[in-house]
Amino acid sequence: MHLTGFIVQFLNGLAEASSLFLVAAGLSLIFGVSRIVNFAHGSLYMLGIYIAYTIVEQWGGSVAGFWASLAAAALIVGMLGALVEATLLRRIYQAPEMFQLLATFALVLIFNDLALWMWGPDDLLGPLAPGLSGSIQIFDRYIPAYDLALIFIGPLVLLGLWLLLNHSRWGTLIRAATQDREMLGALGVNQAWLFTGVFALGAFLAGLGGALQIPRQPASLMLDLSVIGDAFVVVVVGGMGSIPGAYLAALIIAELKALCIALGVVEIAGMAVAFPKLTLVVEFIFMAFVLIFRPWGLLGKPLGMVRQTSRPDAPLQPAGRGLRALALLLLLAFAALPLLSAAFPYAAVLAQDMLLAMLFAASLHFMMGLGGMPTFGHAAYFGIGAYCAALLFKSAGLGMSGSLLAAPVAAGLAAAVFGWFCIRLTGVYLAMLTLAFAQIIWSIVYQWDEVTGGSNGIVGIWPEAWLSGAAYFYFTLFVVAAAVLLLRHMAFTPFGYALRAVRDSALRADAIGIHVKGVQWAAFIIAGLFAGLAGALYVFSKGSTSPEVITVGKSVDGLVMVLLGGIQTLSGPLVGAMAFTALQDYFVGITEYWRALFGAVILLIVLAFPQGIAGFFKQLAGGGRSRA
Amino acid sequence: MSLLQVRNLTKSFGGNMAVDDVSFDLSAGELLALIGPNGAGKSTTFNMVGGQLAASRGRVLFDGKDLLGMPSRRIARLGIGRTFQIAATFASLTVLENVQMALWSHHGKVFSFLRRASGQYRPQALALLEQVGMADQAGRPCSELAYGDVKRVELAMSLAGDPRLLLMDEPTAGMAPAERNALVGLVKKLVVERNMAVLFTEHSMDVVFAYADRVIVLARGQLIAQGSVEAVRSHPKVQEVYFGTGKTFMAAAPAAGAST
Repeated sequence: MHLTGFIVQFLNGLAEASSLFLVAAGLSLIFGVSRIVNFAHGSLYMLGIYIAYTIVEQWGGSVAGFWASLAAAALIVGMLGALVEATLLRRIYQAPEMFQLLATFALVLIFNDLALWMWGPDDLLGPLAPGLSGSIQIFDRYIPAYDLALIFIGPLVLLGLWLLLNHSRWGTLIRAATQDREMLGALGVNQAWLFTGVFALGAFLAGLGGALQIPRQPASLMLDLSVIGDAFVVVVVGGMGSIPGAYLAALIIAELKALCIALGVVEIAGMAVAFPKLTLVVEFIFMAFVLIFRPWGLLGKPLGMVRQTSRPDAPLQPAGRGLRALALLLLLAFAALPLLSAAFPYAAVLAQDMLLAMLFAASLHFMMGLGGMPTFGHAAYFGIGAYCAALLFKSAGLGMSGSLLAAPVAAGLAAAVFGWFCIRLTGVYLAMLTLAFAQIIWSIVYQWDEVTGGSNGIVGIWPEAWLSGAAYFYFTLFVVAAAVLLLRHMAFTPFGYALRAVRDSALRADAIGIHVKGVQWAAFIIAGLFAGLAGALYVFSKGSTSPEVITVGKSVDGLVMVLLGGIQTLSGPLVGAMAFTALQDYFVGITEYWRALFGAVILLIVLAFPQGIAGFFKQLAGGGRSRA
Repeated sequence: MSLLQVRNLTKSFGGNMAVDDVSFDLSAGELLALIGPNGAGKSTTFNMVGGQLAASRGRVLFDGKDLLGMPSRRIARLGIGRTFQIAATFASLTVLENVQMALWSHHGKVFSFLRRASGQYRPQALALLEQVGMADQAGRPCSELAYGDVKRVELAMSLAGDPRLLLMDEPTAGMAPAERNALVGLVKKLVVERNMAVLFTEHSMDVVFAYADRVIVLARGQLIAQGSVEAVRSHPKVQEVYFGTGKTFMAAAPAAGAST
């Protein structure tokens, strides 16, 4: 690799940094003021590209028309942001953090289908920018003139935001709201307008970031989730709410990726290391490092206070007679399904998926609900369980029972390693570190063709003859029921109480001698182990596994199940998993736009039944808790 | 030898000496009040003794063992109970479960994954609640209690470890006067019954003078007086700190002494 190659990649990195910064700055700004982790930010970026594409088609012939199109697209996205804030988010500022996340995730689904409906499923590549369509020679290489222009746009926006935040009254209000929004409200500032304004500005920046990509990148329906992942990383690395931090982080991450590409395949100690393969994961490795050594990000500070607004959970009570009867009935209903295979051949297949989803959701709830440790990366342990079972069965020839037993242990071990780092953090930062580890696992699985089969995955893993067909269904039913009951039982052992105690008040738990981090670590490992069990069972039910099981989407599915069912009850995740699987299956069958429909259902639940399905029925049945 | 010996305890935040070379003793069966105006360094002293905050210098000996540098949960396990200025309990557990949790922790049951918890140490927990007068509310969630009652639950929890020393940071903050006397009276009774040592901070002088065996006074991080209630009450420096010297508004006030 020549020096000139490095220089060109360095410039490429600078251009990428500008794009990353625009999206991340908006996300950071919105989080700082509203404390909402806006999952839909990537969708706003995606809409920015699509809208810009349409407008550029009309006006984009001239230089002025092209840039006016981009500005118009960003403005439209900004207005959309204001609309979303005023109609939806404003209603849920008092809701628990995870619920806000769920609501913005519903928006992701809706926006994605909106784009599908308006622009169709094919990628759309926009025209080159008039006046900047050529390339400029740098030594012996060429770099697009547009990219060079982009290099300057990022710092310009940074300067503009800095002036706005530090030298305007509105900026002062934003900074004040970031530190203590209740106090600002008490001083008589109209928070509603401030929040709408900030959200519109953030959306505008996301839309601009997207629109600017028109000559470089086709508009695609995949962009929303891929961009939000990058933007989260940049915001967390830079420090939540810090705009200069976002630029610094965008710069470092973009340059790290550029460096990986520039290095190419390098011989290190006799081993060929393919650095370009690292581009998928280098940002997450970097984020993990930053979070371990600087838990608030490079330029971030500990978050300003937000006074506890959501009510604490009601004490958990062991299942009463009614709930036990209901559970037994459910178990019998599941058991009866294969007998009805003549009439409903599909029922048992769906039920099998439901069972695995239930175990996955219950394991997630153990650490997230009881332990108060949010995670965006729980699919990692499901995936490790699935891949370990597949590999042990296919390559190590361990047999089915051996693989089924060893895979959860492997997932538990992985959770022990990752958890050791994760428990040092709390809240959104903890969730992001779990996401980083999940992405690292995903990237390894996706790229290690020789062992994991890469994007094709591993196929041909079927249960032994004595467990084929309906027998495997009953086997799954038995294992899942036993595992779920065990998880439930653990909630009522001293460890389960200690877990909730640590969540409620780490200070008090420590003062009565509880090893707070030890309890959290153990819960992390248990959750990983049971997710791994679900993964192992999954492999033998499908006969295959692919990297798809470790994606962010899979982790988010788990979150949706838990929140849909109700995070404050033990049966919530089970009900949520069943409802999620059934609804998804049903919606896919009735419409092409099932994601939007699903998003609408989630929004309905967030707005009308914030306690989740199980929580709602509990409230109906009890009317209130009886006092012992 | 005294149960708790604090020697040359110092904490500086940057250049600010929050606690400056403080030494005092506390014996078993003694109720020692730590008083001083706002910002005197009372909570900082508490947090250093309890292990929540690292000291810059000094020694804290409990029964001969140096506590400084020890993690706070280990200090708790040595038999040092603690209550906080803003009461901290487990809001999603019932009153009874809160106290049971403290008992489970004390008896090393935290990592017990298999045996159902509800029956374990239940009578002991009820007995503790009886002592603080909360037995009739055992089944209520802690989140529903009045603040004074939360403080009682917190006291019961800190008693669960059979502490030989109890650290109480403003045990009566936010309570009505009648409640204050009841709570400190209760603590006084426990001190006598259990031969327990108690170090507490308090803003209500009525309470201090009525119940404390001995008083130490902090001002601007320094220990300015210690002794019996009478001795401290009539100590000139204490009066200066609490009531001012009258010199504050003089043009050339001498630099010595703290004027508030």
